[in-house]
Amino acid sequence: MSHDNSKPLMRFLLLFSRQGKLRLQKWFTPMSDREKKKIIRDMTTMVLARQPRSCNFLHWKDLKIIYKRYASLYFCLAIESQENELLALEVIHRYVELLDKYFGNVCELDIIFNFEKAYFILDEFLMGGEIQETSKQVVNRCIESSDMLQETMEEYMSKPAF
Amino acid sequence: MALKIVKGSIDRMFDKNLQDLVRGIRNHKEDEAKYISTCIDEIKQELKQDNIAVKANAVCKLTYLQMLGYDVSWAAFNIVEVMSSSKFTYKRIGYLAASQCFHESTDVIMLTTNQIRKDLSSPNQYDTGVALTGLSCFVTPDLARDLANDIMTLVSHGDCVKRKRCSVLIMYKVFLKYPESLRPAFPRLKEKLEDPDPGVQSAAVNVICELARRNPKNYLSLAPLFFKLMTSSTNNWVLIKIIKLFGALTPLEPRLGKKLIEPLTNLIHSTSAMSLLYECVNTVIAGQYCSSVGSVVLCVQKLRILIEDSDQNLKYLGLLAMSKILKTHPKSVQSHKDLILQCLDDKDESIRLRALDLLYGMVSKKNLMEIVKKLMLHVDKAEGTTYRDELLTKIIDICSQSNYQYITNFEWSVSQPVTPHPPGISVSWWTIRVFAVAQMATLLDNAHLLTGSMQRNGICEVLYAAAWICGEFSEHLENPLQTLEAMLRPKVATLPGHIQAVYVQNAAKLFATVLKSQEGNTDSTTAQETSQLMIDRLPLFVQSANLEVQERASCILQLVKYIQKLQQKDVEVAEEVIALFAGELNPVAPKAQKKVPVPEGLDLDAWINEPPSESESEDEQPKAIFAKEEPKHSRPRHTEVDEKELARRREARKQEQANNPFYIKASPSSQKVYQDAPGVEHIPVVQIDLSVPLKVPGLPMSDQYVKLEEERRQKERAEKKKKEKKKRKEKRSGRGKKHDSGPESEEDITPAHMVDIVTEEMPENALPSDDDDKDPNDPHKILSLHFFGPFQVVVSVIFENKCDSFLKSMEFNVLDSLNSKLQRPEGSGPHDGLTVPFQLPPGVSNEARFVFTVQSIVMPQKLKGTLTFIVKDSSTHEKLDFKLHFTCTSYLITTPCYSDAFAKLLESGDLKGSSVRLEGVNMPFHHLLARICFHHHFSVVERIDSCASMYSRSIQGHHVCLLVKTSGQTVSIDAKCDEPTLLGNVLDEIKQTFSQC
Repeated sequence: MSHDNSKPLMRFLLLFSRQGKLRLQKWFTPMSDREKKKIIRDMTTMVLARQPRSCNFLHWKDLKIIYKRYASLYFCLAIESQENELLALEVIHRYVELLDKYFGNVCELDIIFNFEKAYFILDEFLMGGEIQETSKQVVNRCIESSDMLQETMEEYMSKPAF
Repeated sequence: MALKIVKGSIDRMFDKNLQDLVRGIRNHKEDEAKYISTCIDEIKQELKQDNIAVKANAVCKLTYLQMLGYDVSWAAFNIVEVMSSSKFTYKRIGYLAASQCFHESTDVIMLTTNQIRKDLSSPNQYDTGVALTGLSCFVTPDLARDLANDIMTLVSHGDCVKRKRCSVLIMYKVFLKYPESLRPAFPRLKEKLEDPDPGVQSAAVNVICELARRNPKNYLSLAPLFFKLMTSSTNNWVLIKIIKLFGALTPLEPRLGKKLIEPLTNLIHSTSAMSLLYECVNTVIAGQYCSSVGSVVLCVQKLRILIEDSDQNLKYLGLLAMSKILKTHPKSVQSHKDLILQCLDDKDESIRLRALDLLYGMVSKKNLMEIVKKLMLHVDKAEGTTYRDELLTKIIDICSQSNYQYITNFEWSVSQPVTPHPPGISVSWWTIRVFAVAQMATLLDNAHLLTGSMQRNGICEVLYAAAWICGEFSEHLENPLQTLEAMLRPKVATLPGHIQAVYVQNAAKLFATVLKSQEGNTDSTTAQETSQLMIDRLPLFVQSANLEVQERASCILQLVKYIQKLQQKDVEVAEEVIALFAGELNPVAPKAQKKVPVPEGLDLDAWINEPPSESESEDEQPKAIFAKEEPKHSRPRHTEVDEKELARRREARKQEQANNPFYIKASPSSQKVYQDAPGVEHIPVVQIDLSVPLKVPGLPMSDQYVKLEEERRQKERAEKKKKEKKKRKEKRSGRGKKHDSGPESEEDITPAHMVDIVTEEMPENALPSDDDDKDPNDPHKILSLHFFGPFQVVVSVIFENKCDSFLKSMEFNVLDSLNSKLQRPEGSGPHDGLTVPFQLPPGVSNEARFVFTVQSIVMPQKLKGTLTFIVKDSSTHEKLDFKLHFTCTSYLITTPCYSDAFAKLLESGDLKGSSVRLEGVNMPFHHLLARICFHHHFSVVERIDSCASMYSRSIQGHHVCLLVKTSGQTVSIDAKCDEPTLLGNVLDEIKQTFSQC
């Protein structure tokens, strides 16, 4: 096994607004900041330039880019060339469902102001570019219980210490 | 102390939290950068405090800023501090920040090892969870090595499902960073495939599928287990993974394909999930070698449904998959041409481009005109330059593919304004030349329409051809003066240099024609006007930056000036000017040079100087052997030679060669010397293992067939040896030794399948040069394994009839593997056999050649095949199974290599090593070397005592280096090669050779 092809099937997930503002980035392979910036720039220009009612797939270098727009946000997932595009769309959709369930009718502002929660949800669903848990219920339960843990901690911390 | 805490909580009230920061940034749209730099200053202050809550808040804000593109690497140590907080709230933030900001070169990562270990074994499963998630983002080889054991413990003893699931997934990352951990961990991973929890199970499937896709060979043994999972699982995500895995395994084990086809078709029929359907269809398409025609038809049907769907995504993917089917089953796709043409009207550009791609592959002689007509309509209404350019390029590609083989109507094609016509093509359209010239003239006249947008596409190349055609065949022009004028327009100077050069040169030719016609008239002023036109326009080209244009233009300008002077003296010059360009250019076939007879007395093959003495002696000896023989009786030839004499010479030669480190330099001849040796029973080329002996029940001689196998193989070898001799002979006479080689039986055999890919358009008077391009000195021919380009292999098979009956209607068929495929004539299916082009009377043998396409040469291939035939007397249909063995060795070419080049090659460090030990080899060292040289196509680079370096090269240029050492009966071979798989297989084959003796 060589290190060269040690790439996971999902490479990165980006969320950005219609104005091209990045709202969330998850990189499943380590990359330098410079590379990341370049990719973000390429992705936003490419995806935003697409005509409405085009298909959701793009080819970029040796990767396939699957993007989908939900309200004002673009979800953009890069997968390896032999991966299944429709499955990637399902991954994006599942993530949106999870966000929706958590925030209750999720909107862009929810993700902007609670961006760390959006990450926690993503981390419960995907890990290292692989699907960690396919069941929506299980993911939701996990997030809720770790939030419970956090809330109690916060309550505990906000108590005066003297 | 208490005071400090109070101070800390008061500070916190004034700190910005993340929400404040976000709000602040949104409120400072005008001076965002300035606002953020003050925020960063605040964060730096916060990080200096002891309060972990403050620090965590600061780190959380930094993570947000990092996303906005600010550098936060300076806070890496603070992130580690927050990670190691005992409170989950902060730990979570710390790990999130780390997973977003850390990469392999972040040096504080090594400080985290112990913290992560602690979190992995924490009683709180959520601590473990965040640690594993973080690790999946920033695991380094060091972390992988140090934590592999802890993760393994979690996998096997994890009491909680979440922990098990995560740790199974992280194993994949660990394996990638620290491959040594794979072997000990694998059994546990395999157990998890049958874990009762579906989450853990799917995690294990994920990991193993990923591993197997990188290196399928090692996971073949898991196929039954996965097969069980595939037929039992209902989770579509897992099913897709497993199907992908099988897609990777089937090329290695073709039997799997047969087994899979049923469950796959069932899924295609039953599933409602499009992603699963698409995956199944793709797998069936990719594994077509094993799938029935029925399943392809099913796939095409399903894809049609996808393409007809209103969902753009399904349409796109349907077209994409369709183009994959097109490569193997063009007919099944061609029937859907209308649907694909419809897609050209789609609003979505990427769908239109896909459809264009498909159309390109679907073109045939019959439908070309129709398709191009449709495409031209689209050019007119296309919006957006990129798509229009793509359309034009595709039309040109479609028309010109495979040397214009689909174009049946040249007049039609010439009238298409965008089709490029390289000069060669027009020359070959002898009969329509007049028409072509007229079209080209119009084209030149309208060149300004083309130049603008077409320059980018290289479509202006067509002008290059057009100018040449008009110049060369100017006598066919209706109005040469107008064309001449068009060619000298100032606009021409914007064209690329090489085109301008052709313009200038051909303008001169045209000028000559124009002069001729004008001088025929009584009015001499028109001719002078033409000269003046040239003199006016040419200086533009003389100034060109392109040297060739400049040079041609100034020559012609001077010539015209001289002509003008003569004209002013009323001298008629046209005849002389015409003479400059006299002589008609006839079409010349690419190989025509070889048809030119060699002048008598000129021997192109003869040595000009005396050849080096070494090769001379090589030549002399075998010549002596053959000189005694009557070439007409080829069969008993080698028995006639005095065995003792032969052995003595052979021994002497071996001795001489073994002592000469460079003896392989004369490789073809020295190699063949060994092939004469009766003791050598291994043929390096194509071993034909007839695993099932030919049985013809009911025939009196049938029992003879039963013991036939060994005999037959022996016979074949003898046959091949004989053939080698013949070829050698042929070669010798080719060198000009003036030996009449006599009738060569192999030349009378029509090859079953000629390797003739190029079917060029030839004018009637130029006959295609037949197979005179087969150089008898080509070393590949000697091996009877011919390579035409990197991937085509010709296999010669000798058929010998050993029974008493007449055999006819022989059909040769091979079960293709993904790697090696038998080339079948166009239009036949992938399972059709090839007819052997001869019949076999009893006791007669004959040879047929079959072409195989080989994808990769690094793996040996064993192809199963069958030969069916009819026994004439009893009219029974019989079958003989055999195996074709393509060894890796057969792709090696004996290539001499000097020791300094060899040393350089080894020093380069590009080569990967491997070694093998042979025990109980009981033969002198030089025999051993000779064996390797002969069987495996190596040459000796250098030999010192009981140690020798050897070299060979694959047909794809891989270097293979060996260092062979012997002590007693043990031989060790250290080998290096730039392709480790190839090396491994070659070494296996060498080992095989010595285990047989």
